[in-house]
Amino acid sequence: MQNTTNAIGPLQTFRHGVHPEEFKELSCNSRIERMPFVEEYILPLGQHIGAPSKPVVKEGQRVRRGEMIAEPGGFVSVALHSPVDGTVAAIDLFDNPNGQMVQAIKIKTDPFSTQKLAVSLPTPPENLTTKDFIAAVQRCGLVGMGGAAFPAHVKFSIPEGKSCRYLMMNGCECEPFLTCDHRVMVEYADELIDGCEILHRFIPAEKIYIAVEANKPDAIVILREAAAKSKLKIEVVGLEVKYPQGAEKMMISAILGEEVPAGKLPLDVGTMVSNVGTIVAMSQYFRKGLPLVERVVTVSGTAVKRPANVLVPIGTPMRQVVDYCGGFTHPSPRMLLGGPMMGAVQKSLDVPVVKGTSGILLLTDNEVTDINTFNCIRCGRCLDACPLFLNPARMGVLAKKGLWEEMEEYNVLDCFECGSCSFVCPSGIPLVQSFRVGKAMIRERKAREKGGRVS
Amino acid sequence: MINEVLIAISIVGGLGLLFAAVIAVAYKKLKVYEDPRIDEVEEMLPHANCGACGQPGCRAFAELVVKGEVKPAKCTVSSAEGLARIAEFLGVDAGSEERKVARLLCAGGKREAHNLAEYRGTMRTCRGESVVTGGPKACSWGCIGLGDCADACDFDAIVMNDDGLPVVIPEKCVACNDCVVACPKGLFELYPVSQKLIVQCKSLLEGDLALNKCSVACTACGRCVADAAPGLIEIKNNLAVINYDLNHLATIDATLRCPTDAIVWVEEAQFAKVQGTWLPTGRVEKYGWKENF
Repeated sequence: MQNTTNAIGPLQTFRHGVHPEEFKELSCNSRIERMPFVEEYILPLGQHIGAPSKPVVKEGQRVRRGEMIAEPGGFVSVALHSPVDGTVAAIDLFDNPNGQMVQAIKIKTDPFSTQKLAVSLPTPPENLTTKDFIAAVQRCGLVGMGGAAFPAHVKFSIPEGKSCRYLMMNGCECEPFLTCDHRVMVEYADELIDGCEILHRFIPAEKIYIAVEANKPDAIVILREAAAKSKLKIEVVGLEVKYPQGAEKMMISAILGEEVPAGKLPLDVGTMVSNVGTIVAMSQYFRKGLPLVERVVTVSGTAVKRPANVLVPIGTPMRQVVDYCGGFTHPSPRMLLGGPMMGAVQKSLDVPVVKGTSGILLLTDNEVTDINTFNCIRCGRCLDACPLFLNPARMGVLAKKGLWEEMEEYNVLDCFECGSCSFVCPSGIPLVQSFRVGKAMIRERKAREKGGRVS
Repeated sequence: MINEVLIAISIVGGLGLLFAAVIAVAYKKLKVYEDPRIDEVEEMLPHANCGACGQPGCRAFAELVVKGEVKPAKCTVSSAEGLARIAEFLGVDAGSEERKVARLLCAGGKREAHNLAEYRGTMRTCRGESVVTGGPKACSWGCIGLGDCADACDFDAIVMNDDGLPVVIPEKCVACNDCVVACPKGLFELYPVSQKLIVQCKSLLEGDLALNKCSVACTACGRCVADAAPGLIEIKNNLAVINYDLNHLATIDATLRCPTDAIVWVEEAQFAKVQGTWLPTGRVEKYGWKENF
């Protein structure tokens, strides 16, 4: 182990950030298991950022695995595919992980549904133009699988006048507990390199980086071996273990030493960042014809019997995934979709796994302690933690008074809600929570002003 | 010695005179005429700066009133006498504006709508809880009940009842829109007082699915549609929607067969204390408990 760590070479990182306990040992060595089909799948139409997909199937219609059941509802929107052979049972409102009830397609599985892909064929990327490639990625239903679920084809279409010099594959996985990207990199290393090559064909960048945190030495070694076989210049970079290293702006500053200006995108500094899971899924679509109908989800935490990395068909209810991993060890665990720093707390197990779900986390009361809020003691730890060099202490005071407009002057809209400030606050002040509220209030006000409604 | 003193005095005095002259000229040349009536009208307005009139404050409203662009009655906070005084002062018609009040389109309090989870974080406001999976209630449209609206109200017109629902006191409400903005679920709407037929629900679920989450939800059964004048009510997205253009046709009859009391006839406040218990006044109207008040 010591040797491999030395072989990673010098580690790069960004300024500020925090060091939460990792808890990755719970699941980082368990191989990805394929979960058997369950009886019902619920596929929300709005799993991605942007316009919801439009259903192209009717109730009672039979669908095959990999068949498109909803088409993109605009450019910033992707297609949706059935993960199983079955029948469309309903198109109605169902619970969504964000707490809203949204339109979703419910599919009842055929008892003898197989893994076979009956309707979709591989699309060899060699004969495609860039336009066809973008359309193919949209048809594949591909979204960023790091958690934000931003349509991948929108990211891949480079606007006029901008150029992409560096492609970065994000395998940092800085969230505690989560190991799905780690296992994907170890087990699908060749697909990842192949995906890089496909992407490079259409976005001819100077250099490709694969960024991996140093707590995954096995992934770094395997990826370096795989990358050596490729004709392209692919560098596997070891990054220091620090949260939020996996945020794209932090990764760029760690690798290139460049800062993405406030309100700008990585493309403005000539960089495109993509999650490793997204790239593997893209490779599988072009080589095998498998659209985005399944993803690797880490089921972890002390309240689950058997922490594991599971290849889950999209739309599987969370309850079934937990049952597959042996169920609870605790009568009333705290449930999260995603990691403990940025994940969304769930109030019910009846929500489906969606394209942006990277983990299901079940914690007991031993890990989750109720904290009391005290006054700010002006220790400045949040200022030292904020990776964007914002002023969380000041914004927290403003949020407490409801001065949302002044929070905007303190650039609260740049906050990407990593939660480092709340993590370090010794007074238990709900900082990131109130910024989320503040951002929602500012966005609502802007929408009102745009709509011309006078308040 | 005395010379130096005189020089100093004359320099300072001369500078003072020069600047005074500049100010005097600037005062004459750069003077902006402002109607003195604006100050007077502003003085007569209630100084609430609530924004109910659609203007950023009382001063901006006074300017518009003096210009004659809006009628004084657009200020919903002023009393009738106050409006009459402004109208008399300016020699214009006070105008008339139908009084509006904020109505809560939810009746699912703690008793009616159950919680799926318990919020144990530190942001105990509706906004704070609603960013965590939309709040602890099973119904994702319903009132969270922590009183962001009551905090936002500058006129003490909203009180939280023990069922966890905000009660708007119509006499105090000036329809300033603050509660509409404050509610993360968008449950408040400003209704003219003549709109007495109200659907106190926003759930888009149908039948038992809605009832499983809340006992006073609209189940989209369609009885109110059948009982009301044609075209007054229709079921849209599993929710009864009233066409208020036909408000003159609305009667209490539409509420009588509602199995969940989601549609109600509201004369005053939406909730009232009956024998020590807060109840929707629509029910009180319907079941004739008025004598027990």
